[in-house]
Amino acid sequence: MSVLLEVRDLKKYFKTHRGLLHAVDGVSFSLDKGKTLGIVGESGCGKSTLGRVILHLLELTGGEILFDGQDITNVKGRELKEHRKIMQMIFQDPFSSINPRMTVSSIIGEPLKNYNACKDKREYDARVKSLMDTVGLAERVEQSYPHELDGGRRQRVGIARAIALNPKFLVCDEPVSALDVSIQAQILNLMQDLQKERGLTCIFITHNLSVVKHVSNDICVMYLGVLIEKSSTKELFAKQYHPYTQALLSAILQPKLNKTKNRIIIKGELTSPINVGPGCRFAPRCLYACDECRNTTPELKEISPNHFAACHFPRCE
Amino acid sequence: MHEKVLEIKKLVVRYDTDYEKVEAVNNISLEIAKKETMGLVGETGAGKTTTALAIMRLVPSPPGKVISGEIYFEGADLLKISEKEMRKIRGGKISMIFQDPMTALNPVLPVGEQIMEVIRLHDKGSKAEATKKTTKMLELVGINSERHNEYPHQFSGGMKQRVVIAIALACNPSLLIADEPTTALDVTIQAQVLGMMNSLKDEFDTSIILITHDLGVVAEVCDHVAIMYAGEIIETGTIKEIFENKKHPYTIGLFNSIPDLDTEEDRLQAISGLMPDPANLPKGCKFHPRCPKCTAECKHRVPQNTEVAPEHFVKCLLYKGTEAAK
Repeated sequence: MSVLLEVRDLKKYFKTHRGLLHAVDGVSFSLDKGKTLGIVGESGCGKSTLGRVILHLLELTGGEILFDGQDITNVKGRELKEHRKIMQMIFQDPFSSINPRMTVSSIIGEPLKNYNACKDKREYDARVKSLMDTVGLAERVEQSYPHELDGGRRQRVGIARAIALNPKFLVCDEPVSALDVSIQAQILNLMQDLQKERGLTCIFITHNLSVVKHVSNDICVMYLGVLIEKSSTKELFAKQYHPYTQALLSAILQPKLNKTKNRIIIKGELTSPINVGPGCRFAPRCLYACDECRNTTPELKEISPNHFAACHFPRCE
Repeated sequence: MHEKVLEIKKLVVRYDTDYEKVEAVNNISLEIAKKETMGLVGETGAGKTTTALAIMRLVPSPPGKVISGEIYFEGADLLKISEKEMRKIRGGKISMIFQDPMTALNPVLPVGEQIMEVIRLHDKGSKAEATKKTTKMLELVGINSERHNEYPHQFSGGMKQRVVIAIALACNPSLLIADEPTTALDVTIQAQVLGMMNSLKDEFDTSIILITHDLGVVAEVCDHVAIMYAGEIIETGTIKEIFENKKHPYTIGLFNSIPDLDTEEDRLQAISGLMPDPANLPKGCKFHPRCPKCTAECKHRVPQNTEVAPEHFVKCLLYKGTEAAK
């Protein structure tokens, strides 16, 4: 398998009046062609920022991004525009990510126009139509405005727009979290089919662990801007080394009876990402924290083959 | 049998707009026993929240209107008593937790004062007693009572939801309506809040109606479940019956739509189609256009409630004539 995307020591800091906010702080990973990487974490852990920095929707503070073997860390202007063609994004909220004043067909066709991708009007119409067909939108909604559609259909419009230029790589930022369960399953199936047909490589950002298990090959768990555990999906659900991952997985509520195993309930809430000091970022909430955890930052290290965790005392239960 | 706290009989709520009449809640009946937690499950637009608002008599009017039905609470029909009596019950004996803790609190009042407000309104005691109780409530939901002078924006989402719960429980209600109490929260915080609600329920002997779309939350806290679709309750039963012996094709579809953590599956079995437009509901069974087991009869005949097992009712023509022996 060849690597499509590689991210090295990626950093994104935001200046606030109280100090530097470390939204993403030294994240590295690589992603093979045709695979899906799930990025999991709670709100405020920097997962969306990470996705946006990779697509250059936010300027990065430090680190490197390599795409298809090429350094795209500092691409700008026309070059960046060419890159956007192959890297697209599906946004979380289908209510605010599409223009309410444009019709469905003009939203889907906009990328085609921006990149002069069609020879003439006839080709343009045909491509918009085939895109709508691909994502399962009926022809009659072509001239509808977004407010006339429900959440599921709107998300289909967002997906059609993202795949209009035949990208190689998609960042999906919580694409189903605003949808009802029965619609969620339809959209997940659609995305899976598209990925298979077109050989897409995806980053799937979510807080929903059942969804991430279903769609991804590998998973990165983030906590306050850093990767704390990284492994294949199967391996991660079988064993976790980081106490936070353990708590996160045990907090999943499954629609099954008698599943109330020993739930690890972690105390407190996410600490502030502003002016973080040394030490493990999870230490204030960790059940097993000791002085070493509070003073030295743990590195992400390989604990068993292809399973990485950033913890001084990795344990597995 | 158990003592009933609330009984809803044939409730119909309609929203009248200039263009259309929408029956958001269509002829539902429901009973909640003492100390029981009833899960009201359904997707957006199923009528869950409207049902809750009807119990509280808070359906926005106009356009909403309770057309018919009875809601019995402690012997009285809530739909017939005066507004003055209702105000005594609301927030006192029946209280509600709203979905979004960010908007449910008043941003310009300290949280302590917001808890005190409800206590002063319903309890006769002095101000000093109310202050004492406020302190107790804050500690109970796991917030340091020294923070009572802080404003909502100084608290995180999970903490705000705890404040809302403290307000709801301040007057020892006999019925608590929780409308998606953990939907806006992160998973680890959700686990904290649900754990707390479970232990408080035992402490206060409160019955709970838990409105949610998350079957995982239901498995965690409920005793009984009612599944709603397009304004109707299509299946009710004990949690064991619904989870292990579900009958209605919609309920089955709902469970199948959720990715299973324990098994590997390639594709999810999604329910095809979309929720019907509430102003233009299909004839016969409301679920028939999306139902994999739809027959010709389903398209025109409205299914009646069938008892398939003790306390397990299904509204589906597949099960007519299969009543459990009485």
